[in-house]
Amino acid sequence: MATVSLESKTFDKFPDVVGRHDDTNYLNHDHSITSWLFTLDHKRIGLLYLVTITLMFLLGGALAGAIRLELLTPKGDFLTADTYNKAFTAHGIIMLFFFLIPSIPAVLGNFLVPLMIGAKDVAFPRLNLLSYYLYFAGSVIALTALLLGGVDTGWTFYTPFSSTYSNSYVIVMAVGLFVVGFSSILTGLNFIITVHRMRCPGLTWFRLPLFIWSIYATSVVQLVYIMILPSLGVTSEVIATFSRKNVFGYHIIAFSSIAIAVFGFIVWAHHMFTTGISPYAAMVFSLLTFSVAIPSGIKVFSWLATMYGGSISFDTPMIYAFGFLGLFTIGGLTGLFLSTLGTDIHLHDTYFIVAHFHYIMVGGAIMGYMAGIHYWWPKITGKMYSEFWGKLSAGITFIGFNFTFFPQFILGYLGMPRRYYEYPDEFQVLNVFSTAGASILAIGYSMPLFYMTYSFFFGEKANSNPYGGSTLEWTNTTSPPSPHNFEQTPVVTEEPYHYHGKEAAVVSH
Amino acid sequence: MFEEFKWLPDQASTVAPEVDMLMLFIVVVTVVITALVGALTLGFAIAFRRKSESYIPAPWFGCIPLEIGWTLIPVGICLVMFSWGVKVYSNIVIPPADAMELYAVGRQWMWKIQHPEGQREINALHVPIGRPVKVTLTSEDVIHCFSIPAFRVKQDVVPGRYSSLWFQATKAGTYQLFCSEYCGTEHSRMIGKVIVMEEADYQKWLSEGAESGQALQGRKLYTKLQCVTCHTGNAEAKAPNLEGIYRKHIPISHIDGVKIKDGTKVFADDSYIRESILYPNAKVAAGWESIMPTYQGLVTEEELLQVIAYIKSLNQGQTPPRTEETPTPATIQNKVPNKEVN
Repeated sequence: MATVSLESKTFDKFPDVVGRHDDTNYLNHDHSITSWLFTLDHKRIGLLYLVTITLMFLLGGALAGAIRLELLTPKGDFLTADTYNKAFTAHGIIMLFFFLIPSIPAVLGNFLVPLMIGAKDVAFPRLNLLSYYLYFAGSVIALTALLLGGVDTGWTFYTPFSSTYSNSYVIVMAVGLFVVGFSSILTGLNFIITVHRMRCPGLTWFRLPLFIWSIYATSVVQLVYIMILPSLGVTSEVIATFSRKNVFGYHIIAFSSIAIAVFGFIVWAHHMFTTGISPYAAMVFSLLTFSVAIPSGIKVFSWLATMYGGSISFDTPMIYAFGFLGLFTIGGLTGLFLSTLGTDIHLHDTYFIVAHFHYIMVGGAIMGYMAGIHYWWPKITGKMYSEFWGKLSAGITFIGFNFTFFPQFILGYLGMPRRYYEYPDEFQVLNVFSTAGASILAIGYSMPLFYMTYSFFFGEKANSNPYGGSTLEWTNTTSPPSPHNFEQTPVVTEEPYHYHGKEAAVVSH
Repeated sequence: MFEEFKWLPDQASTVAPEVDMLMLFIVVVTVVITALVGALTLGFAIAFRRKSESYIPAPWFGCIPLEIGWTLIPVGICLVMFSWGVKVYSNIVIPPADAMELYAVGRQWMWKIQHPEGQREINALHVPIGRPVKVTLTSEDVIHCFSIPAFRVKQDVVPGRYSSLWFQATKAGTYQLFCSEYCGTEHSRMIGKVIVMEEADYQKWLSEGAESGQALQGRKLYTKLQCVTCHTGNAEAKAPNLEGIYRKHIPISHIDGVKIKDGTKVFADDSYIRESILYPNAKVAAGWESIMPTYQGLVTEEELLQVIAYIKSLNQGQTPPRTEETPTPATIQNKVPNKEVN
């Protein structure tokens, strides 16, 4: 007990339940290139994804930078109209299909699903490696389309523009997306079967960590909402751990993930209120869209109730989770303007839409992803990153994000259409704000590249459970885990987030 | 850059204040909820910050009344927003019966507007103040979107079909007309001006410059394209009499060459007339042979609007006599009608 004090470093706050061992782990048991490229280890495949999607994120981010720079002034000056159109198309395609969709499921999901359910690997390790190479092949084809001259249709590929009128590499890009689609379908399939068949003894469905519930819901229903669902799972884990408390309303949170997935399936026409669909269809889809708001709200309130009465520490993952909470709340609530028919007509296809989905998919999803990467980094690498730089980057990202995207809500209400290369003068002030914010955001997003990479090589060693997590990947294996995850197959005897009644463990340290 | 800046968009139509009032309601609700979530997050973070490493908080698994509350209250709020939204939406999409009609054709990258009085304009739309205006929209190429933020209205413009929107301007002035559906290279230059004028100014503007009314332009096409050869409106007719059919329910016998139940009727609106000119086989009037050739590729979307305007104006006994100097449609009769591929 005496060794634990507030002044001690983060990684010493909690006892090393498994024992720090410097023997072989999944990172160092084989250093050859082929052992990485042909690995069947879910953890190594997760890292392959991490490296690849980070590269794609940098490319998508650079394109966003070019877009924001062009929009600094009302007249076109930095890019040509065609280049601009190709830039926003490429930005959308890369960020959606090659970053957001695979981000949490393919990186964190691959690493964590077997660890969190006490399994040695996913159900089909070879299929898992195939999924990675499908992703890789899809990326190569998509990048080829860009290098050949790009695509100017927008990521939505509306016909007849994309089929008849566009003179760009639509077919090549479509093939790339087709291939990468199979990657996420196969990964989803793999996770579903893994969760069904490979849970360790005693790990019943309602003892599963909420991250697993989110990943499971995402795998079953592959839709627009798959970009945010995994972040909701990460947030549940992070808030529980850093409040050192069970998640309030565990069952409701698990079911609300399923509800969001199911409702998400039947709201597609909410993008089509101005297309001339029947007004009755519009009303039905408006009502269905509101139904997504309810489980989302329940989650937010349940997280607040989890914090209530907790013992909250402010480590980097928690700061990112706070950021997530703020941006997801704003992003979700601004969705109400768009599910309401009377206001959607005016706001549709304007910058209000751009702001709204960036709050959800960039604010929400990436904040959640960053929270997750920081939370599990010690487990993935066995190293601690700098808390100072971590918190700083979370703060800068949060400020830069709001600076970039909040003005766009007003721009949209004022009527500025999206996908405009030039715009009337009256919109300039807010565009300047937005571009200025984007440069702050770029700094916030770039910082982890440096301090995380640094920590990978030079960081202090992490013990098995530096943040006092309660799930199997923290309590039953080392950091980083051995190639086969667990020395002994874990046996689960209680619900997750079971901190209460654990005083003994901490005191005995 | 700061001179032109404004916080609120112009409010220049009858529905604009309704949309803004609804908008304000949702802003208030969302700001209150955001403030609540923000305050609770910060408050809890401070009040329950970790004070001792050994302290394990008591668990809290759930609280049924609380959970019912934060489910049902949002449901109630959503239902209010939904119903209010539907009410405003109905006002936005359902035009009054007495609305004056205008026509707009979108193409990469311009708007071409026709007035029934014969005025035609590009990237400009002159309308009178205080009268409901219904704009019928179509596209010659890709999907566009006809959007006037100051009126809070917006409608996609889809090739191969007619859509429409309506508004009633309340304030004279010049407002932005945007294409708000991405349509290619110069999408951002597919913008125009809506000029709202006092009724007297509008009438003056209408009387300037138009050679002939839209229907009269259509009448010329009616003889030039030899519609009149078969649709003679008298006993020798090989095709139905078009006098007075506009917005009537017409009995039809075949759909795409397939015989259908007797007594089936079709509403002869703009879309039906357009379809019958381009795909004569699609819905054939009962009692007539399907002998009409397709006019695909022979008539532009703008000309179609003129022909429709003419048919709309065609009253009892007004079908013009056939002029002999123009060739009969026999030259184009061999073309096989086929459905649009794109």
